[in-house]
Amino acid sequence: MNLVENFPALVVIVPLISAVLIPPAGRISKAFAWYIAVTASALSFAISGFLLNSVLKTGRISYWFGNWEPPWGIEYAVDYLNGFVLVVVSFIAFVVSVYAKKSVEDEIPENKITFFYSAYMLLVTGLLGIIITADIFNLYVFIEISSLSGYTLIASGRRKAALVASYNYLILGTVAATFILLGIGHLYMVTGTLNMADLAERLPQLYHSKVVLTAFAFFTVGLSLKLALFPLHIWMPNAYTYAPSAVSAILAATGTKVGAYALLRIMFTVFKLDFDIHVVPFTKIMLVLSSVAIIMGSVLAVAQTNIKRMLAYSSVGQIGYIVLGASLAGETAMAGSLLHILNHALMKGTLFLAVGAMVYRTGIEDISELRGMGRKMPLTMAAFTIGAFSMIGVPLTVGFVSKWYIALGALETGMWYFVPVILISSLLTAVYFWRIIENIYFKSAEHAGQVFEAPAGMLVPTLLMAGLCIFFGTAASLPVSVAQKAAKMLLAGVM
Amino acid sequence: MIELILGKYNYWIYITLMMIGFYAMISKNNLIKKIIGMNIFQTAVFLFYISIGKVSGGTAPIVWDGAVRYENPLPHVLILTAIVVSVSTTAVAFALIIRINRAYGTIEEDRILEINRQGTGE
Repeated sequence: MNLVENFPALVVIVPLISAVLIPPAGRISKAFAWYIAVTASALSFAISGFLLNSVLKTGRISYWFGNWEPPWGIEYAVDYLNGFVLVVVSFIAFVVSVYAKKSVEDEIPENKITFFYSAYMLLVTGLLGIIITADIFNLYVFIEISSLSGYTLIASGRRKAALVASYNYLILGTVAATFILLGIGHLYMVTGTLNMADLAERLPQLYHSKVVLTAFAFFTVGLSLKLALFPLHIWMPNAYTYAPSAVSAILAATGTKVGAYALLRIMFTVFKLDFDIHVVPFTKIMLVLSSVAIIMGSVLAVAQTNIKRMLAYSSVGQIGYIVLGASLAGETAMAGSLLHILNHALMKGTLFLAVGAMVYRTGIEDISELRGMGRKMPLTMAAFTIGAFSMIGVPLTVGFVSKWYIALGALETGMWYFVPVILISSLLTAVYFWRIIENIYFKSAEHAGQVFEAPAGMLVPTLLMAGLCIFFGTAASLPVSVAQKAAKMLLAGVM
Repeated sequence: MIELILGKYNYWIYITLMMIGFYAMISKNNLIKKIIGMNIFQTAVFLFYISIGKVSGGTAPIVWDGAVRYENPLPHVLILTAIVVSVSTTAVAFALIIRINRAYGTIEEDRILEINRQGTGE
């Protein structure tokens, strides 16, 4: 047994152990809590990078817990798809943990800071676990780990509205997770297995069984709630608006992406594409829902006056892109959808980090009060602008790359009528971001203020993310090649 | 028809309980009552899992001479995990309700919404 062989388990176990270590270490010195969180998330990121690299070289990695051969034992598996998502999520978790130090000191009561980092690492454990596991019941357990730590994190700030937002999320999150649990139970009833690869093998003979159809329905609703697909998004705006900045950033950048990953995993590998198209009109339903999500998310974002709430509604639209690309069921569109998981994580991360830095310095959340901010916080606002351009889909930014692939995929599959949906939403995105850009750059402040840039601990992570928005927008070949391999794999339905 | 009702009574029980819980989660105004609904909702799923482990003519899954068939213990083990999850969710929900009560002075949802509408929720 050597260390490298155990990397798939360590990705999840490192943050889990750190979550346990943080409270006692925090009793010795408060500073330890943050150091442990940053180290653990950096380690997770390094291991994820190593795993993706070895997947690209040698193919799928399968890890058997306790050496029990699947389908009897719990299996962790890394392939092109989840290797990619693993790197994205662990990277964002690392960047946000660095950023969190200053922002948490400001927003969380002092005696709760240690426990904040502990809950943060539990959230990371849950998210990474959802991605890497190849066992469907294990997936449910990790969904609940990430959700429970998410509820506590949202409520950890000083604002009282956050408590109600967290409570509502808890109710809906529990409904979602229980539906997923029911789906798992129904699949187990007819197949007698919980391993995803084994399920994928046994299910095709049972595609017309009513039990399998019921399971599919439960999965669809449960997962759509988790990833906040349009009519089921109502828990999200309040949760993102009232949560502490670091929490909004990590949840917006990774939480819903992991939900999207779970949806893709279950709908395209556990169930096959054949089932989604011929047995139930899943892709058709999702095409309609995601188009409505894209348009409605953007329209609702235009109507907002609070900047964090506006970003939350814009997430509703962006999640629509991911689902749209996937349900077009063509290779190019699927690759675009997977790229959008990375790209939206980068740009939403940038935007929330920049807004968090601004709130830290000024406490302003209302769009109309942002006048002259471009002169007061030039670097933070530059990062925000890059993120905003990326959301609109300006060429040379990441947002352009994934929208391009999704639009190209729509044309390729002959469903050209989704291209106007993408264009209209981009236009609306330009409208709601322009209001802010106009305020921060082209209107002068009432009081001529001096420059008061965010502290380096917040500024560097924000600028790093903004830099990556440009980097992966211009040098897109690496993520594109991985996403294309993953898309091919998903559509062929191989594990 | 009778076959459909009596033969599959375990499913009828779980669906009925689940809907009762779901109704309470949606319609009750009191935050604690919503959690009671949530617990009924989750317990219904536990019962479903336990009932699918039943093998007709099976005995307890302990190896002994003369046992022909065993019940399937796996769903029971799975649901132990889900029970732990349910207990933790309830604990988190109660902690939240205590803090809501301190911050708002009430645990009635309509009152809380009214207070939020008047203030900015700071």
